[in-house]
Amino acid sequence: MIDSSLRWVDDRLGIAKGGRTFLDKIFPDHWSFMLGEIALYSFVVLLGTGVFLSLYYIPSAHEIVYHGGYLPLQGQKVSEAYATSVGLSFDVKSGLLMRQAHHWSADIFLGSIAVHMARVFFTGAFRKPREFNWIVGVTMLLLGIVNGFLGYSLPDDLVSGTGIRIAYSIIESVPLVGSYLGFFLFGGNYPGNGIIIPRFYLLHVLIVPALIVGLLAAHLGLLVKQKHTQFKGRGKTEHNVVGSPMFPTFMAKTTGFLFMTTAVTFILAGFAQINPIWQFGQYEPFQISYAVQPDWYMGWLDGTLRIMPSWEFVGWGHTIPLEVLLPAVIFPGIIFNIFFAWPFIESRHTRDLAYHNLLDRPRDRPKRTGAGAMMLMLMFMIFAASSTDVMANFFQIRLNSVLWFFRIAVPLIPVITYFVTVKICEEMGGAEGIGKRKRPNVVHRSASGEFSTVPAEARPGDGHEELEAVPVPTFIDMVPADLATGPGIRRVMR
Amino acid sequence: MSDESPKAPSLTSVSLEDPHLQPYAKHPGRAEALAAAAMVIGFLGFIGFGITYWISDQTQWQAATLGGGMLALGAGVIAWGKYLMAQGPFVEERHEFHSTEAERDAMTAAIVERGGMVVQRRKVLGGLFALGSTAMGVVIAFPLIRSLGPKPAASRQVTNTDASLFATNWKKNSQLVTAEGRIVKVADLDVGGVLTVFPKGHEGSSPDQTILIRLAQIGPNDPPFQLESPGRTDWGVQGYVAYSKMCTHLGCPVGLYQKLTQQLVCPCHQSIFNVASGCVPEFGPAPRPLPQLPLKVDAFGNLQSQSGYHQAIGPGFWERP
Repeated sequence: MIDSSLRWVDDRLGIAKGGRTFLDKIFPDHWSFMLGEIALYSFVVLLGTGVFLSLYYIPSAHEIVYHGGYLPLQGQKVSEAYATSVGLSFDVKSGLLMRQAHHWSADIFLGSIAVHMARVFFTGAFRKPREFNWIVGVTMLLLGIVNGFLGYSLPDDLVSGTGIRIAYSIIESVPLVGSYLGFFLFGGNYPGNGIIIPRFYLLHVLIVPALIVGLLAAHLGLLVKQKHTQFKGRGKTEHNVVGSPMFPTFMAKTTGFLFMTTAVTFILAGFAQINPIWQFGQYEPFQISYAVQPDWYMGWLDGTLRIMPSWEFVGWGHTIPLEVLLPAVIFPGIIFNIFFAWPFIESRHTRDLAYHNLLDRPRDRPKRTGAGAMMLMLMFMIFAASSTDVMANFFQIRLNSVLWFFRIAVPLIPVITYFVTVKICEEMGGAEGIGKRKRPNVVHRSASGEFSTVPAEARPGDGHEELEAVPVPTFIDMVPADLATGPGIRRVMR
Repeated sequence: MSDESPKAPSLTSVSLEDPHLQPYAKHPGRAEALAAAAMVIGFLGFIGFGITYWISDQTQWQAATLGGGMLALGAGVIAWGKYLMAQGPFVEERHEFHSTEAERDAMTAAIVERGGMVVQRRKVLGGLFALGSTAMGVVIAFPLIRSLGPKPAASRQVTNTDASLFATNWKKNSQLVTAEGRIVKVADLDVGGVLTVFPKGHEGSSPDQTILIRLAQIGPNDPPFQLESPGRTDWGVQGYVAYSKMCTHLGCPVGLYQKLTQQLVCPCHQSIFNVASGCVPEFGPAPRPLPQLPLKVDAFGNLQSQSGYHQAIGPGFWERP
């Protein structure tokens, strides 16, 4: 059956040759290679749950009287966007589960991208020939953050509305064109004529996801074309890939992983409340809540805004709000430009033009690892700085002290991190067999009082991968070897 | 998808007993039992979700059954793949995917020489096509960008708040009302009380939001309430002062008032304004004081504005002088 249908398709499309190569494709095994898979599968969850949400959500600022299942809101005037978002949580069966799964998977999506990116960075997987894929990946991270913010803004609740207000003010801070951009995007002065919700909706459900899908296809296509990198090890060279074949081993593992990622998302969605918009209430531009933090991937932008001194430039009849422009426009611009340019910055520095298919261990590249640790620490510090008020309250310290701590620590601690990391890497580079599995030594004392040391017996796993790697066999002899007519000869039944 | 290689595919055949085809598990029977158990749990989880959905709308039960089902089924499939399928290791050669020098030269030539021929023979056509397509690219941006919204008003005289970043609806003798439209009277607040107010007819408007604070209990017959701020000592009335509620940092409502220290705090980025000294920012990223609204009381004890704001409210922007 499979044979004949394959022949039918192959007559028309010629898939057999490429298809078999694809099924034989080798994926190297390492736990860190599945971080990107988490991103991929949480994107699948995002698309699935997003379609569900879009069946009920109405992107409209039009004011209606609420008559839904959430009693404290009964009879109040709310926007249709807010009413339908609350309705998804109270009136649509399984709606709350889907809404929270969508929100959780957005957080997981961006989190796994960040960790995946760190893996690629620290192991040097971005080097030639994979610079394109690094750029595609960084672009997806950028689009993911943008789409996260857009989606977060759609329910028109008090917290998300405040976020839109801040975004408007950041746009306004751009010299020369800022007020024009704000007016164009919002259809007038803030809060605009109600057009912003449908516009954000269109961007959130169509334009940005379409871009991400396109880039995702390119990301995976390049991965297939250029083949996966692998760590150094027995039988592994720059010119081969050792691991499991696409079919069936990798396919089984990755399908299972899709299920696991989805499972974790839905369990979080059911047991860990996220963004309870009915508690925040409808957005009104003159109302505000306290101790409100954005989603985690926006936190680093909020932190820079908090610790920035109030340096506004006023002169020649114009105002440049540097206290907004520098932390919220220039700073993220610099960060993302460093991300995009890193493969080229590094290859210029190392003058390394060779192909690299074997991965570095982070300790073997102290400077790169140091730079990565510095960036992670910078991100972490400004992320922490986005909670100055919560920290001051929790530790009962003056807000002023917390702020000044971060103003000093944000530039200082990452630099210290760089030097400490470089030092640790250099120390580790000198140590023999570090990271290898240890075999204990057994100390014996003989009857005469003499001590001797004997290595303990090998345990299972100590000497794994004893087999030489072979190409994936095309044919498998189902007949036991002793009955076969000869090695490598296949009997074809027709 | 395929890696084109010049040589024919290597069609190897191995015996079923080849060590590479053996499972990774030491005890395949046990591994199979575990995988099977996980898959059975997964199946039961999905059945449980189906039942839960029909008999209740309990989010936690739905998540436990659906998520638990997927977790167990996923674990089963992974165990199957990891422990029971051919352990390998298998290897695949990498083929260089860059082209030969000759192929590269051929492509460069196709672009440079063939293209050069086209351009050199018909220079006018090439120029005209470039001109036309550039013009199209520019004018097509007009509707794409310019139609999105109105331009901010260039004139400071525009009073429509939707059209101008300088405008508010506060004018001379504007009546202070609450968000619900209730008229605000002198007797309404005690010392330390705050209220968000709007000019009558513009309740809830974003640029008009103003925070009214009572700093002192001063009656109509007491000596007049004098502020310390130079040039606006008479902008308060009977212990009341009013400031724009829109933060000069990023436009959040400055909604927290600390009664004891007479400070307004912005909950977004913790800018702190000293109300008694004219809402000068004392701390945090806000660069400018909150603009003040001059107040007065009419014959009926209703609070009114002496005039509108004397400067643009809210965060900074390029056109702000």
